[in-house]
Amino acid sequence: MASGSSEVEEEEQERVMLRDRPEWADVTPVPQDDGPCPVVPINYTEEFAEVMDYFRAVYLADERSPRALSLTAEAIHFNAGNYTVWHFRRLLLESLKVDLHKELEFIERIAAKNSKNYQIWHHRRRVAEKLGPDARNAELQFTKKVLSVDAKHYHAWSHRQWALQALGGWEDELDYCSELLEQDIFNNSAWNQRYFVITRSPFLGGLKAMRESEVLYTIQAIEAYPENESSWKYLRGLYKGETTSWVNDPQVSSICLKILSSKSNYLFALSTLLDLICHGYQPNQDFRDAIEALKIPDLDIQDLDIASMICSILEKIDPIRVNYWIWRKSRLPHVAQ
Amino acid sequence: MGELVTDKHVKYILSVEKRKDDFESVVMEHLRMNGAYWGLTALDLMGKLDVVDVNEVVSWVMSCQHDSGGFGGNVGHDPHILYTLSAVQVLALFDKMDLIDADKVTNYIVGLQNEDGSFSGDMWGEVDTRFSYIAICCLSIIHRLDKINVEKAVKYIISCKNMDGGFGCTPGGESHAGQIFCCVGALALTGSLDLVNKDLLGWWLCERQVKSGGLNGRPEKLPDVCYSWWVLSSLIMIDRVHWISREKLIKFILDCQDKEKGGISDRPDDAVDVFHTYFGVAGLSLLEYPGLKPIDPAYALPVDVVNRIFFKK
Repeated sequence: MASGSSEVEEEEQERVMLRDRPEWADVTPVPQDDGPCPVVPINYTEEFAEVMDYFRAVYLADERSPRALSLTAEAIHFNAGNYTVWHFRRLLLESLKVDLHKELEFIERIAAKNSKNYQIWHHRRRVAEKLGPDARNAELQFTKKVLSVDAKHYHAWSHRQWALQALGGWEDELDYCSELLEQDIFNNSAWNQRYFVITRSPFLGGLKAMRESEVLYTIQAIEAYPENESSWKYLRGLYKGETTSWVNDPQVSSICLKILSSKSNYLFALSTLLDLICHGYQPNQDFRDAIEALKIPDLDIQDLDIASMICSILEKIDPIRVNYWIWRKSRLPHVAQ
Repeated sequence: MGELVTDKHVKYILSVEKRKDDFESVVMEHLRMNGAYWGLTALDLMGKLDVVDVNEVVSWVMSCQHDSGGFGGNVGHDPHILYTLSAVQVLALFDKMDLIDADKVTNYIVGLQNEDGSFSGDMWGEVDTRFSYIAICCLSIIHRLDKINVEKAVKYIISCKNMDGGFGCTPGGESHAGQIFCCVGALALTGSLDLVNKDLLGWWLCERQVKSGGLNGRPEKLPDVCYSWWVLSSLIMIDRVHWISREKLIKFILDCQDKEKGGISDRPDDAVDVFHTYFGVAGLSLLEYPGLKPIDPAYALPVDVVNRIFFKK
């Protein structure tokens, strides 16, 4: 049965125009109507235009045949972004009772060239949906493959989240996140997926149950790379809806102090400390000493309270966002008494 | 730092579709309606909309409409919500709103709302917060926002909010500046911005500015001119745009111009296209760059067009 994949291979070798193929002799192509005096007339390549002319003919006649299926593969090969072609292909898959596992293979081949295309992923989802849990491994493997090339691929992550929720396969997902973070600890998509897993996996017991071990994991990540925006945001996310626990957890303030004392890459440690103070945290003398030890040149040490001092330092070390820090300073509960 | 080479960009936009056989023309074929919106809005912001023939454009746009009320990306193409908004926006640019059969367009969009409040892009069901924005923006322009379940639509958008203050395409999806624009825009148009943590989101958005002055769409990604629209318009809607460096961003966008042939690219020295030309010009307009008309951050239309829609019916 035609799966649609062989035609594309054929195409890559020596392509014969449709008008020269005997099996298409009975079809009259329907040319694109660009409307009266097109404002943005587009000149298509001749081959693509011909495929679309035949496609329109077949689509309008609603011809559910193997050759129509091959034709959709050719049209997709030229332009994977056409909604109608994909839609008609799904109708054909159903009418012709095509083996959908074969279709998944076809999609993989198309995606290899054009993975940022919305239609491909939508089509993939519809096919996997039809297959149900049978498609679970294929979907997890497929997205893994795409993510091995581009670990922040938005469509692949989105599809993977859908697959986990619709088809299952949560068991190894936290390990997979750790694996990706080991490769690139700055990968915000992997951090997001980690949060998705600990808050939504039916096997892990939810955020509260995971907090202790996740805080340890995150603090290690922060220690290794304190300049990582993602790990700091993740740490804050672990206390979602529980600001008091966040403020009172000594692990949070300690990591801030540790990074501040190291005197390098301390921007997020400083801003986290500022957030803690704004939520009621009382820093002790150790914090004060650590901040004074930073000795930022040209810093006006008029700021008596620690929060103002932190804001002044942030204005210096993050000049592109100076207005943000000035605003933060203006909102401090007790500005420089 | 150079200047905006307005005349060259106008020439570039007018010439772009005349090229033959290149990759862009093939992939643009089905989304010509979006291309028309990008190109025409950029022209209008530069004060040069009068160089195009209104009747030509308008009759082509109208010939893309289907009986269902939706518009296709080109003549003879199936309708999709993406092209329906672009079509309505193009007609608004030309003050031809009277040609729109508002009830028909409304029926089409109302039919795309799902039980959970989300929207599908077409009758085949892809769901994404992009479509929530498009549905809400489109209905608002034609004064029919009351015809969908706004409360549910808002609830769905809020379910896509993340702990970093941003929004993703579906619940749990990673925060992404493009999706944030859609969600914040939809919330702004429905008067629901009180549901956004503006300080938290504002901080995430202003962290998108990198050393070169450009904006990225997610942490640790490269800057791209298109985010001067997505990030900047979101910052304006939540009233936090002064948190980033205006001068540095202007310089970044201007550095992405092709000063000889016109057009703007994603990053300095890359190839230009209509999409980035629009986002560059629109970004500069949001930054009040001299000589450009102001653009509305939620409707993505020039402010005078929005005023005409709402105050001079």
